[in-house]
Amino acid sequence: MIVVSLLFYLFSFIMIASAFMVILSRNPVHSVLFLILCFFNSAGIFLILGAEFLAFILVIVYVGAVAVLFLFVVMMLDVEFKSISSTVISYLPIGLTIGVIILAELMLVLFTWKRDYSVTDNLSLSTDTQYSNTEIIGLVLYTDNILFFQLAGLILLASMIGAIILTVNHRPSAKRQDINKQVERDAESSIKNIDMKPGSGI
Amino acid sequence: MDNILSMYLYPAAIIAAKSVFLITTLLITIAFLLLADRKIWAAVQMRRGPNVVGAFGLLQSFADLLKFVLKEVIIPSKADKAVFLLAPFVTTVFAISAWAVIPFDAGIVLADINIGVLYILAISSLGVYGIIMGGWASNSKYPFLGALRSAAQMVSYEVSIGFVIITVILLSGSLNLTDIVNAQSGDYGILNWYFIPLFPMFVVFFISALAETNRPPFDLPEAESELVAGFMVEYSSTPYLMFMLGEYVSIVLMCAFATILFLGGWHAPLPILDFIPGFVWFVIKVCFMFFMFAMVKAMVPRYRYDQLMRLGWKVFLPLSLVMVAVTATFVVFFK
Repeated sequence: MIVVSLLFYLFSFIMIASAFMVILSRNPVHSVLFLILCFFNSAGIFLILGAEFLAFILVIVYVGAVAVLFLFVVMMLDVEFKSISSTVISYLPIGLTIGVIILAELMLVLFTWKRDYSVTDNLSLSTDTQYSNTEIIGLVLYTDNILFFQLAGLILLASMIGAIILTVNHRPSAKRQDINKQVERDAESSIKNIDMKPGSGI
Repeated sequence: MDNILSMYLYPAAIIAAKSVFLITTLLITIAFLLLADRKIWAAVQMRRGPNVVGAFGLLQSFADLLKFVLKEVIIPSKADKAVFLLAPFVTTVFAISAWAVIPFDAGIVLADINIGVLYILAISSLGVYGIIMGGWASNSKYPFLGALRSAAQMVSYEVSIGFVIITVILLSGSLNLTDIVNAQSGDYGILNWYFIPLFPMFVVFFISALAETNRPPFDLPEAESELVAGFMVEYSSTPYLMFMLGEYVSIVLMCAFATILFLGGWHAPLPILDFIPGFVWFVIKVCFMFFMFAMVKAMVPRYRYDQLMRLGWKVFLPLSLVMVAVTATFVVFFK
């Protein structure tokens, strides 16, 4: 078991260190790259727990898709790195206030927290190893928690439609490409002979 | 202490030895597949192709390797040095590490994990980082444009590849690659393979794999007529070699993946031919897929970028979604 705990400390150390580097590095692209490293190490911790399905879904969704979009946006921003470091001081009071509040709340939770052992007895899924954890998640997600699953899907759908409505811009005057029209086009329908009178345009 | 040795150290050493063997074999194979790619391309265009180094030019790839390694590494001024040099490593390392779960024969696999399909999907979706990082760190316009194109392209085609894989998983009922191959065994040989019932998905997977690996006709990230060489403009010598190596490793990976998902892995096409080892069949099928990749490269002109996006989102995505529904219905009612 000592190797497992060593791996756990390795992953958590890299995770916390890279999380610090996300906020400490001057270059925003470096920040996103450290964020990706952070995601990776949390996937590693999932693997140690034996939750390989969650680990790879984390990599596919967060690292493979979400962080790519982050990187995309950050790369396009043309930020002057020096101006960021000079404005840090002016944000210090508000940042400190928020930090202290969050720290206080965390402390409150931490010292009043007690473990309720009855929870383990009331788990809705069986913890035996008869099924792989992909199957267990499927069995719980699509049966007992189907309502929450569908609600989450609806919320995502609504936000997606909202984003499309905000950005789509239908100008009737804009010329659009219609592949079918282009394919159907032939010489007869697109060429016509016109008798031109000398000295006048069409 | 003995306990730790026997529990962790010896297995770790065995796995490391196996990995080194796998990587060495893979890289030597790829050296010859690269030559085959150029030879097939040359034959289609009625040229001879590389034929000077070694008999029939067989050692051309090794000569190229020497040439790349011995040249000077040029790093553009104002480039982000760390990210610039990290990018080719990211591409190569991710491309090679995906091979850990590929089963070459019954039981011959480095890591027979439960969710091999997800592992390959995750690792191949990370390949895009090498390209984005390289394009951004070069601090130049063409590489940056190439990187943006590539990121959008790879994210788009991953979606349809994901749905295609779901249809195969629905039929086989497992995320384990060995189980998927075994689900295609039977008394009828080639008729049991999934490319027959899922033929439209096989075509979609093949084309999406071309787009995912930036192969022609979808090599827009490095379209030389528009972007010089895309994200690789500023790269030279060994870092460039790493990019190219990563690209070819992931191409062969896609061939192997298609073989496992649709062409029955290591199973023989006819039951009479079972005496030939499964490994041989696997290699033959991967080579066949690679031949198809090379022929497409030789014959098809490059797509325009908007056509590429239309194909991915408006043709493949609805088609594969419908096929997922159809396959699921079939599995529920007829199987």
